[in-house]
Amino acid sequence: MSVRYLSCGDTAFTVEFGNEISPEINGQVMALHAAIGRAKSAGKLAGVVETVPTMRSLMVTYDPLATTRAALQPEIEALVAMGLKSTGTSRQVTIPCCYDDPEFAPDLEEVAKRTKKTPEQVIQAHLNSPFKVYVLGFMPGLAYVAGLDQGLYLPRRSQPRVRLPRSTVAIAMDMTTIYPFESPGGWHLIGRTPLWMFDKRKPQPVFLAPGDSVTFQRIDRKTHDRLAAESERGTLDWSKMVKA
Amino acid sequence: MSAALRVVRPGLFDTVQDFGRIGFMALGMPTAGAMDRIALSLANALVGNPHDTAGIEIGVMGPDLLVEADSVRVALVGPLSPSLIDGPDAPPKPIESDRSHLLKRGQILRVGMIEGSSTAYLAIAGGLAIPAFMGSLSTYSRAGIGGFDGRKLAAGDLLPLAKEAAAEGNERRLGAPFDYGKGPVRVIWGPQDDYFSAKGRKTFIESEYKVSKEADRMGIRFDGPTIEHEKGADIISDGIGPGAIQVPAAGLPIVLLGDRQTVGGYSKIATVASVDLPRFGRLLPGQTVRFEAISVAQAETLRREQEQRLKNAIAGFQVARPPGGIDLAKLYEENLIDGVVFD
Repeated sequence: MSVRYLSCGDTAFTVEFGNEISPEINGQVMALHAAIGRAKSAGKLAGVVETVPTMRSLMVTYDPLATTRAALQPEIEALVAMGLKSTGTSRQVTIPCCYDDPEFAPDLEEVAKRTKKTPEQVIQAHLNSPFKVYVLGFMPGLAYVAGLDQGLYLPRRSQPRVRLPRSTVAIAMDMTTIYPFESPGGWHLIGRTPLWMFDKRKPQPVFLAPGDSVTFQRIDRKTHDRLAAESERGTLDWSKMVKA
Repeated sequence: MSAALRVVRPGLFDTVQDFGRIGFMALGMPTAGAMDRIALSLANALVGNPHDTAGIEIGVMGPDLLVEADSVRVALVGPLSPSLIDGPDAPPKPIESDRSHLLKRGQILRVGMIEGSSTAYLAIAGGLAIPAFMGSLSTYSRAGIGGFDGRKLAAGDLLPLAKEAAAEGNERRLGAPFDYGKGPVRVIWGPQDDYFSAKGRKTFIESEYKVSKEADRMGIRFDGPTIEHEKGADIISDGIGPGAIQVPAAGLPIVLLGDRQTVGGYSKIATVASVDLPRFGRLLPGQTVRFEAISVAQAETLRREQEQRLKNAIAGFQVARPPGGIDLAKLYEENLIDGVVFD
């Protein structure tokens, strides 16, 4: 499929690389996101405001008082034509997760039953999934993390929960996510991390970024509670969980 | 003693807003920001602020604010019923909007009701002494960030002011109300107009849509004829620009505004041209709109023209007569200053 340029009014357009979810397409998206970021840092692409990567497309927002679509699109096309290679420099992020408490994992039994596994096999499959952050959205810091073990694929719950706690780890379809706030949600809850995905007290308040490689690390309830208390106080050092 | 405005009585939905939190959509952070950037720009210009200084976006009904500073210059822009300056040792005095006013310590600004619009703006000379969050003072209340404590104003809040006292100078007023345009709302097809049937696109462009009760800073849901999809309502989520018009399976359009989510999975038939976005910050439930399709290039031209009209409006500010006082400028104009009038 060739690249399409879709109008989003006179302040944005979307560069669409395909109409499917695949690591290759997302790789191109992230490469263009990075290439535009580099060009902007170098003082080029005047008028470009920001870029919004999703699983298969990149929205480019611009200031119509500083440039025009007609002037800008060829510059972006030129970047695309140069060939977008994945930079391969994605961050490696480790997320501690407590699966071993029914309070944290109310859907673990049901997921196990529906996927014909034991709860322990579900946990192992989640721990061994090669996750990658495809897109952030819906609420600040909420990441759609794809790469879930195929054996765990389930549709969303037919009845979403009205309220679930901050830092709940959930799965649905081919993805996992971590809720940054107490919020409604329709995914299957299989654990909880002591990390906050969004902490407004931190200079960079969002924990995950598009393109991050993610693995979960199993912790017990005691460790969870100790780290969660640190998150609460704002003293938990995120950099320990992230390798650049 | 630090200068502040104390919220004696909150309005219905007063939030601190500037032009939005720019540069963090990739992290899922909505931009938020003033729903009507023109009114905020005008209010700021009236008090001598840069256009994008954070002010207070007033929703439906305004607050009462007590001045706890030596003096403060403010401007109200929007179709407000007369506001009042009250006390402490004088009876309440009605004041006009679309101009600046000087208030002294102990006086209360009682902001009026908004008439025929959903927002008005209060700008404060020198701005608010609130730290920016991710580069902006805009309140995004869903996540409790930005602005004053991440929420709408409440009784007892103390809004810290950057300046202890207002500078000397004339009050200014807008020459004429800014013309937002009354015709159809201009839109640009896409990003997913190809998800709709020809009939669906025709319905969208030829029908009248009414603002439903579900209208807030995130977006406005419209009632009207349903728009037919051809390839279904769902897409693989992509970015949502300001003014995106998404149409879920039910077929009714939702125009997404300042507090919109950054990405979404519904097909978007068209996007409101930026020139007409401020009108969506003014719409009330029950009001109707029609949509008219234009090209991206036309939209860009219209936006630049509007920006020029905004500049002209600011250049055309007039010196305002102090309430009950003498209009010195007018006296000069009419050559009455030497007290001799020749017939």
